[in-house]
Amino acid sequence: MPGRVVITGIAGNLGKALARLLHGETRLVGIDRRPFGERPKDVEHHQLDIRKRKVEEVFRHDRVDALIHLGIMHDPRVPFSEAHSFNVVGTQKILELCVQHGVRKVVVLSSADVYGPRPDNSNFLTEEAPLMAADRYSDVRDLIEVDMYAQSFMWKHPEIETVLLRPVHIVGPTVRNAPSNYLRLERPVTVLGFDPMIQLIHEDDACRAMALALKPGVRGVYNVTGPGEVPLSTVLRELGRQPIPVPHFLVRPLLRRAFEARLTGFPPEEVDHLQYLCAVDGSRFAREVGWAPSHSMRETFRSVLA
Amino acid sequence: MGDLGAALRQRLRALTLELGGPGSRERLEKLTPPRNEFGVDPYGLDIDYAISALAPFLWLYRKYFRVEVNGVERVPTEGRVLIVANHSGQLPFDAAMLGVALLVELDPPRMARALVEKWVPTLPFVSSFYARLGQVVGTPENCRRLLAADEALLVFPEGVRGLNKPYSRRYQLQDFGVGFMRLALEADAPILPVGIVGAEEQAPALANLKSVARLLAMPSLPLSPTLGLPLPTRYRIHFGEPLRFQGSPDDEDAVLEEKVRTVKAAIDRLLAEGLAARKHVFW
Repeated sequence: MPGRVVITGIAGNLGKALARLLHGETRLVGIDRRPFGERPKDVEHHQLDIRKRKVEEVFRHDRVDALIHLGIMHDPRVPFSEAHSFNVVGTQKILELCVQHGVRKVVVLSSADVYGPRPDNSNFLTEEAPLMAADRYSDVRDLIEVDMYAQSFMWKHPEIETVLLRPVHIVGPTVRNAPSNYLRLERPVTVLGFDPMIQLIHEDDACRAMALALKPGVRGVYNVTGPGEVPLSTVLRELGRQPIPVPHFLVRPLLRRAFEARLTGFPPEEVDHLQYLCAVDGSRFAREVGWAPSHSMRETFRSVLA
Repeated sequence: MGDLGAALRQRLRALTLELGGPGSRERLEKLTPPRNEFGVDPYGLDIDYAISALAPFLWLYRKYFRVEVNGVERVPTEGRVLIVANHSGQLPFDAAMLGVALLVELDPPRMARALVEKWVPTLPFVSSFYARLGQVVGTPENCRRLLAADEALLVFPEGVRGLNKPYSRRYQLQDFGVGFMRLALEADAPILPVGIVGAEEQAPALANLKSVARLLAMPSLPLSPTLGLPLPTRYRIHFGEPLRFQGSPDDEDAVLEEKVRTVKAAIDRLLAEGLAARKHVFW
């Protein structure tokens, strides 16, 4: 385990979960614009925007051994230009600092969403599959750009062990992202006559995957899968949900109106995930790095109920 | 709703076993694809659902098309194989009947995976129905993965070209392409040629309205007096000897086309054999 680890986006729910997992084992330094509530005593926190010059103080002050970059914003309510600058410029700046200050390990959290749900997808996408998500849903451009930037960074800086993780939908008791919020709905909208296979990973497992990526010698792009795949309808049934099936030609316009009227927090573009397949092959991470999730499928999707 | 679905599935399952005849329960129980605690395999195949869903197709198989099979003992009961057949009839009943034949005529049965058109996952109900039956979109990546797992794939190299061809071109194999041959060479999988007689007359099409089809984002729009619904033609499914090919999957198209011609010739022979064996289109 590296001695001093910087985590961006530590004050988010996933960041907090990661801090809880790692804080006893290593010295953690958080950087986030938000205050870090319920911060463990041994975690140092800097309430800073990662684009600001002052961030360099964190690196100058004391040696940084590794960076885990979670500071990517997905809020569909934030204006696109602001999110874009934060995500793309922020990633570039923080990775530059790693080069200047001799950080030897960089873990960037991307997402399996970069491949995009599409009708012509293969059942299991490998790390080599093209990142096609933006062709249907332009707001994931940010995420793709961050992912691509991290890939080129990996080749430009062979002296740094860069790990790019693309986990499937992260759900859990504390995370509040689109997939977990969707599964929390009593009456979720589904697309009539469509029932894609979906993959979920528990937030604890996502954190364990990031911790595993810190291991010396690990570098590369990895899909990170949870306990397997199930039809969406099975998850909703097991959670006791009462889905509202809407015909595919109506679901997007209706959800768009509802989203604009703030009746739902579910971005209409995410409907693709309820209609088409976006499942990945996680065998490379399992084979090369020894990854195995610790939560079963049932535990994983039931975790949103906590 | 859930109870109704469960009751219906029970009824259909009983119908499948009844139509399947004696011993069909024991035979179908030999199907043990990998599955998780929710009864599905990673591709979405739900074998219990599939056995229930088999009932209407088995009824068509036994009572409507009255399928006769020939040479079914040539089908390898295990190991990877590409089952390559002619395709016709506007709606893919030929694929369904071939799939049923592999389930009810073989012991142990084989649950083959058909490679479907990229259009299918955009269709409501059809997409989820196909997925529960374990059918997958025909991407090269899917084929590689399934062959590596020693599965049986149903391949119709003619695709929509064959499915929607007009009546005047019945029993004339359309262009095959070389994709399936590359995959067979890459995976070192045998090719089992199959000739399906009967589907070619089930829904005669006079023409194919390609421009209207483009407008409706459909792969094609055949003009057929039966509206695509099949007539009760008598089906004959003739299985050939497995063919093994040597060579590199990266060879030029011309080299591969030579091998594809061997497969086409085998299917043509099986079709001729089937046509000679039948007494009439309908009985």
